[in-house]
Amino acid sequence: MRHLNVWTLAAATTVAMIGTSSAAYAACDEIILGSAISFTGKYSTNGIHAKNGYDLAVKKINDMGGVKIGDNCYNFKIKYYDDESTPARTAQLLERLIKQDGVKYFLGPYSSATTKAAAPVMEKYKIPMVEAEGASRSLFNKGYKYLFAVLSTSEQYLASSVALAAEIAKKEGKKPGDVKVAMAFENDPFSQDVRAGVLDDIKKHGLRVIIDDKIPRDLSDISQTLTKVRAVKPDLLVVSGHSKGAATAFRQIGEMKIGTPMIAITHCEAAKVISKFPKVANGILCPTQWAETLSYKGPYFGTAAEYDKAFKAAYTEYKNVPYQSAQASAAVLVWHDAFKRAQSLDPDKVRDAIAATDMKTFYGNIRFSKAGNNIAKPMVLRQIQNGKYNVVAPSEWASHKVEYPRKAQ
Amino acid sequence: MLDNLNLLVIAPFLNVQLLLDGLFIGAIFALAAYGLALVWGVMNVKNLCQGEFVIMGGYFAWYIGDMGIHPMFAMPVAIVGMFAFGWATYKIMIARVVEKDMFTSLLATFGLAIVIQQGLNLAFGPEVQVADSGFPTRSFDLLGGSITVAEIKFYSFLICCFLATAVVAFMKLSRMGQAIRATAQDVRAAKVMGIDTEQVFAFTYALNAAICAAAGVLISMIWVIQPFYGITHSIRSFVIVTAAGFGNLAGVIMAALGLGVAEQYGGFVFGAEMQQVTVVGMLLLVLIWRQVQMSRYRQAVQ
Amino acid sequence: MTSVTEEKDREVATTAEPTARRVFTFNDYMMFGAILLFGILGPILFPNYTFQIAVLWLMVLFAQTWDVMGGQMGYNSLGNIFFFGAGMYICAVTQIGLFTDVGAYTSPSDPGTFNFTPDQYYIGVAVGLVFAAIGSALLAAVLGWIVFGLRGPYFAIGTLGIALAAGELIGAWEWVGAGSGFPIPVYPGSGDGKSLFYYALCFGAAIATFLFLKWLYSTRFGLAINAIRDDEEKAEAMGIHTMRHKTAAWMISAFFLGISGGLFGNMTGFIEPLEVAFPVATFGIFMVAMALLGGKGTIWGPVLGAILFHILKEATWIYFLGWQWVALGVIIIINIVFFQQGIVGWLQERYPHWFGIEVEARSPGAKEAAE
Repeated sequence: MRHLNVWTLAAATTVAMIGTSSAAYAACDEIILGSAISFTGKYSTNGIHAKNGYDLAVKKINDMGGVKIGDNCYNFKIKYYDDESTPARTAQLLERLIKQDGVKYFLGPYSSATTKAAAPVMEKYKIPMVEAEGASRSLFNKGYKYLFAVLSTSEQYLASSVALAAEIAKKEGKKPGDVKVAMAFENDPFSQDVRAGVLDDIKKHGLRVIIDDKIPRDLSDISQTLTKVRAVKPDLLVVSGHSKGAATAFRQIGEMKIGTPMIAITHCEAAKVISKFPKVANGILCPTQWAETLSYKGPYFGTAAEYDKAFKAAYTEYKNVPYQSAQASAAVLVWHDAFKRAQSLDPDKVRDAIAATDMKTFYGNIRFSKAGNNIAKPMVLRQIQNGKYNVVAPSEWASHKVEYPRKAQ
Repeated sequence: MLDNLNLLVIAPFLNVQLLLDGLFIGAIFALAAYGLALVWGVMNVKNLCQGEFVIMGGYFAWYIGDMGIHPMFAMPVAIVGMFAFGWATYKIMIARVVEKDMFTSLLATFGLAIVIQQGLNLAFGPEVQVADSGFPTRSFDLLGGSITVAEIKFYSFLICCFLATAVVAFMKLSRMGQAIRATAQDVRAAKVMGIDTEQVFAFTYALNAAICAAAGVLISMIWVIQPFYGITHSIRSFVIVTAAGFGNLAGVIMAALGLGVAEQYGGFVFGAEMQQVTVVGMLLLVLIWRQVQMSRYRQAVQ
Repeated sequence: MTSVTEEKDREVATTAEPTARRVFTFNDYMMFGAILLFGILGPILFPNYTFQIAVLWLMVLFAQTWDVMGGQMGYNSLGNIFFFGAGMYICAVTQIGLFTDVGAYTSPSDPGTFNFTPDQYYIGVAVGLVFAAIGSALLAAVLGWIVFGLRGPYFAIGTLGIALAAGELIGAWEWVGAGSGFPIPVYPGSGDGKSLFYYALCFGAAIATFLFLKWLYSTRFGLAINAIRDDEEKAEAMGIHTMRHKTAAWMISAFFLGISGGLFGNMTGFIEPLEVAFPVATFGIFMVAMALLGGKGTIWGPVLGAILFHILKEATWIYFLGWQWVALGVIIIINIVFFQQGIVGWLQERYPHWFGIEVEARSPGAKEAAE
């Protein structure tokens, strides 16, 4: 059986080699990037955001002449499958992309859950994946060698809002132990990892947790948790649950007149909260991986603001560019950069090139730790002020002062 | 958990808040559940795409709200539109499963649910959507704390009451309503008496769709909607009808309001993640309780 | 005199039974041979499809185990997926728990990873699968006691409720990682080696299920559960201990489903409660749809249904990207609404002799000749 496999492999390689050598004379060959991403199911909102980001970057790179390896040039092309927002499907589809479609380079799925299912498959076949949407830090303590993430990991999402709460308490002369924190996190791998990070931060600053609820995944109601919040009056409320959780939280925070002075919620941009809940949104803190107002700059799209413009021109339905799209684009740029430096199509060589990435992009600096996460880029915290996202923390990036307490309606 | 219980004791106004929220939302559950009780009782179809009908109704409200018209005006449009949709669905598909065993309708409507979900996803995208009623929230001071009531919840409660009354009056007074009730009692006898049962079935199914749509319009203004949110509404309807039995409007309303309150309390006391478990747990309890009740009458080897 | 003839009659009746329901007919051998051949040659001829064919065998197993209850006994369960998930968790927890602390391994703030040696891995999988099978069967016994008083739609909804609640409850249980889930120990060999290893196990599990059920349906037990399907009250009146039979049938389903869950968890490499372990709205419904597509209550129906369904599904996923679920929904509707008895059901009606069913009306001449 092994015998037969070797022969089929040999035959396939021969065919492939003939294919590539003859195509060298054509205009440009193709490098297929594979991705199983959510077009349907609960993650699909952000799955589409990510896909748009991938597509925009691929178009940009191809317009710039594609990848040059030696004398050959290659255009990127992405082969998508729909993982239906379930990790069970991710593993199957990646097997299919690798074995049947012969894809050797991967872009990540959306969400930590699906990325957690993807990572073992990549390890199994020793094929590199640059992912942009799986932030869970437990992805990066398992010793995976073929997984690279351009985004900051989950514990950083709400770290600066906890720090901010502690800072404000100190300024007001309160003891840290008097600062009460209420937490509501969706019961899924991503949000639970965010929670683990928040708990560490809370311990570090010595704050006190008074509510620690999990939001079920298929539920559009968190009013019981908010009722508790109204009763015990915390100083900081943190909510995380992808776009769905954000939409539900905004709606009910407004409806129940939650007067908590500081509220931090993830995935505001992706849920388009400013246009949907203009009144409630004011004063709420939203952590973001990227913001168009930051002073990042890189060779492909120019500055963050220029990327913002290019994205809105390509997809006119967006009023704010979600960071999910920006980081997806950044992942494609990493591939391009790695191919250029590796000057090879061999997955292992390209993998080593990715590991050595050190680039400046519109999305921020990208440099991977040994574990594969990007350690060169901070997360920033924005506050919605008068219908605009303004960066308020950390201080080296802040363009505006944080409004505290948040003005409840 | 004990902290939460303690909280309920030292701050009694929270009970009022939970009770009110539960009743308001339970009233909407009652609409969808009554629709299910209707089709289940009259034509023995277990409609698993009940929740999808609700969500479709919600999309009417969202779409109309998006055009700059108040989403409440979507109510008549949604009712008429979904009535037509229900009628067409019956003619194409449901008519062929009415006579079959119970599992057929369950699976066939599950297939339909998948198609509707994906249809909505393709048409409107997977984003979470909301319809904004623009009504303010009012607060009252009661029992040493302030209770908030979003006006929209209150209005939707009134609308639910109105719709329920309208349906009951229709069932009691109109020819069609009488025909539906007769068919529910005995299809064969109704046929013999000259009732066009085919027509009655089509009407019942369409009426169910319309009622669900009304519930959906309200849901979209109170909670949020998304193409894949239907299943939880379907499950709630099944829980309510299983608990109440069909053909029993009072029972359905009581069960629905009870479920609404139980969900609120369950989520409050055990944590929000247990809200769903509360629903399912109640269903199992009802079923087991029924079984224990029945086993007293059973004399067979067991 | 009369007593002797009676005795003889009874003898005839008991010996006639097995011949009428022979364990294997000629066609069975042909089909079984074809499947065996495909199963063994599949990964050699199509090495790139190993993973998918392995999933195909799991689907075959799903449909068969559902049919024990739904087809043969008339108890339509919508919650059989519960045993799949239970098996998955039992197997995974055993694999980890044998060698390290489960709570620490599954914690989201786990600082590092525990490396399993190859021996530990294989022992873990072996023990895990055994535990998964037995554990699931025991759970079936306990749950059977709760839900078997329910009939018809109430049974379906009650079981559905169990599966839904299980997903949520596991999701609240920190010790097994709660909603975060956790990765399964990594296979120590190469990528293709892992595919083949699990392929062999999946194929073996599906074949074992088939042979066991084939044998089971030919015994008195098979007749007893068929009697329950046809009329439970009468069956009870005839002295069949229905509760025991029902529980035993469910335990058999659960036994094999538990194994399949353990296997699938290892193949996926990462498990979490709602999407991977208790996918009520996908695998949970698929197993019913597959059994119905092939024809419930037949031995080959679920097998063929599962194969056809899986191929259709994979094809729509490739060629109708974005529309795949619509296509799937339409297939289910058409199947259920217009093509109720399924493929094998239809064939059985049309060509009964293929299935070794003797139709009396057909052979009046033969009877006369014998006299």
